Amino acid sequence: MRKISVGLAALGVAASLTLAACSSGTPTASGSAGGDSGAKPYIAIVSKGFQHQFWQAVKSGAESKAKELNVDITFEGPAAETEVEAQMTMLQAALAKKPAALGFAALDSKAAASVLQQFKDANIPVIAFDSGVDSDIPLTTAATDNKAAAAEAAKHMCELIGSKGTVGMIVHDQVSKSGTDRRDGFIEGMKANCPDVKLLDPQYGSGDQAKSADIAKSMIQANPDIAGIFGSNEGSAIGAVKGVQEAGDAAKNVKLVGFDSGQAQIDAINSGVMAGAITQNPVGMGEALVQAAVDAINGKTLPKTIDTGFYWYDKTNIDDPKIQAVLYK
Amino acid sequence: MSSPDTSAPETAGRSWIGGLRNQVQQLFAFLGLILIFIVFSIAQPQVFPTYSNITGNILFSAVVIGLLSLGATLIIITGGIDLSVGTGMTLCAVMAATFMVTWHLPVWLGLILTLLFGALLGFVNGTNVAILGLPPFIATLAMMLVAQGLALVISNAAPIYFDATGAHAAFIWLSTGNLIPGVKFPNAVLVFLLAAVVAYVLLNKTLLGRYDISIGSNVEATALSGIDTRKWLIIIYATAGLFTALGGIMISARLGSAQPATGAGYELQAIAAVVIGGTSLSGGKGTIVGTVIGALIIAVINNGLQIMSVRQEWQNVILGLVILIVVFIDQFRSRRLASS
Repeated sequence: MRKISVGLAALGVAASLTLAACSSGTPTASGSAGGDSGAKPYIAIVSKGFQHQFWQAVKSGAESKAKELNVDITFEGPAAETEVEAQMTMLQAALAKKPAALGFAALDSKAAASVLQQFKDANIPVIAFDSGVDSDIPLTTAATDNKAAAAEAAKHMCELIGSKGTVGMIVHDQVSKSGTDRRDGFIEGMKANCPDVKLLDPQYGSGDQAKSADIAKSMIQANPDIAGIFGSNEGSAIGAVKGVQEAGDAAKNVKLVGFDSGQAQIDAINSGVMAGAITQNPVGMGEALVQAAVDAINGKTLPKTIDTGFYWYDKTNIDDPKIQAVLYK
Repeated sequence: MSSPDTSAPETAGRSWIGGLRNQVQQLFAFLGLILIFIVFSIAQPQVFPTYSNITGNILFSAVVIGLLSLGATLIIITGGIDLSVGTGMTLCAVMAATFMVTWHLPVWLGLILTLLFGALLGFVNGTNVAILGLPPFIATLAMMLVAQGLALVISNAAPIYFDATGAHAAFIWLSTGNLIPGVKFPNAVLVFLLAAVVAYVLLNKTLLGRYDISIGSNVEATALSGIDTRKWLIIIYATAGLFTALGGIMISARLGSAQPATGAGYELQAIAAVVIGGTSLSGGKGTIVGTVIGALIIAVINNGLQIMSVRQEWQNVILGLVILIVVFIDQFRSRRLASS
């Protein structure tokens, strides 16, 4: 028994240490198979990670565009969208690989400033996507106009609740631009469209579904007349759905407005639990990002921002091919 | 299996004082819980102390961390620590989904296999600690990273959804179902209470519990009295793994899916619950009741602050302060006891 356990344990430890030596992100290389990979430009893409399926959709858009344009990409990110420092480490690692260009979705719009400067000093063009960076270094930002998108969500929320009552917000964070823009955009949209509605202070759930569900239930508990809840990203919105379901009768009239898609949100809209959501165009964002990187490598000038678009979708238009194309599971 | 008498006169005296200390510890923790509850009730009398808030919100939100902290208690009493309960929970959730969704196994079989998988993770931890002599911090830290990576690899970084209305309805029912007719009482809380009873019996009425405390108090003396401490450490870590697996089962039953990117950070909350409940990080003493109270204190604070719309950031500050106060009071009383 002892020899077997020692052997097992040794194997366990060896495996632990080997795997632990790899970073917590799971980088994947893609691009055309075979050929001389030294001749193909390599674009390093550091996204916000794997907490939401949104990023897988961006990745698939990036991969297909990379194949079309015959470039190599790696697409990686930290395990959770709170791991700002891990993302900084990935940036440094990407710099060491001397890519032809960098694609970057900032978890913290200010933290990366010094690392990005190193990219600029090495003449590596930087393309920002999803969340912009507070800096002039990125040649362009391929993103959704998050403020406008959230304002659109607010407009629909006002319609859904009849412009009266109390509305709560579950925001994913206040450190990334997507978090702050969506929060501010929603608040401005509510003020513009239904100023008499009482808007609760935003609560932050880090995009964790269980935490967001608990927050939703606390909001419903504290405000029995709550008319609507807005979830500012996939995890927050799905958490809000779970919270409303768990609260049962107390929440049966709450109108939920979400952001992005994912299987659970799509199901919630189809079943009626969620009234509707704003979807971005993640596949389009991935394509635009790689296209912009290649254009930058080839010396073309780029517009300051590339608006990848957003759409409101609900039960009435979810089967529209235009909407289906931008939804992801 | 020989069972030598570990209660030599010296340890008998120590265990009596230990028993008294545990009682006082639990009392203090309980009073703390009541105090915090009263404070929030005064602040929000219409909303906070209601049946639906207590059962549906507070108790319900304490379930997952509570389950993780039950296993962590057993390990911390040995003088060790388990940093892998958070990501281990996530990996077990992914495995539960793999068994039931990807491999289409029936729910009961999937549950058993998931529990066994959790025990396996604990077994590896225990072997690394007991046989290879790795410090528990390092051994479980490595496991934490391995589990985090494996969860992403096995699930392909995508959530795995259960068939909530069809094949896996029973699984979902474990969390959000309502076994007790007439009253609204989520099953998840029943599962947690049942697990707490099991943990209590393990710690207080079985050899595993006795040796757990004995190893934590003085591992050399325990070994010298003929007990195979290495074997028992492995058993204790494996048992803790069962609770981690149960945590993974309950969180994925609640969410209706296995979320492979969550879990990191849950271990700190579990350890906080154990510490707030009065279990000493240096080992040798601790109670399940204290841990349950600690988990409830955290849940009450989170719920109260959310209801009062206090900014999220303050929740962690307050939790940290609570831990400091609890540990300080414990140290203060231990020193007074020692000097008297």
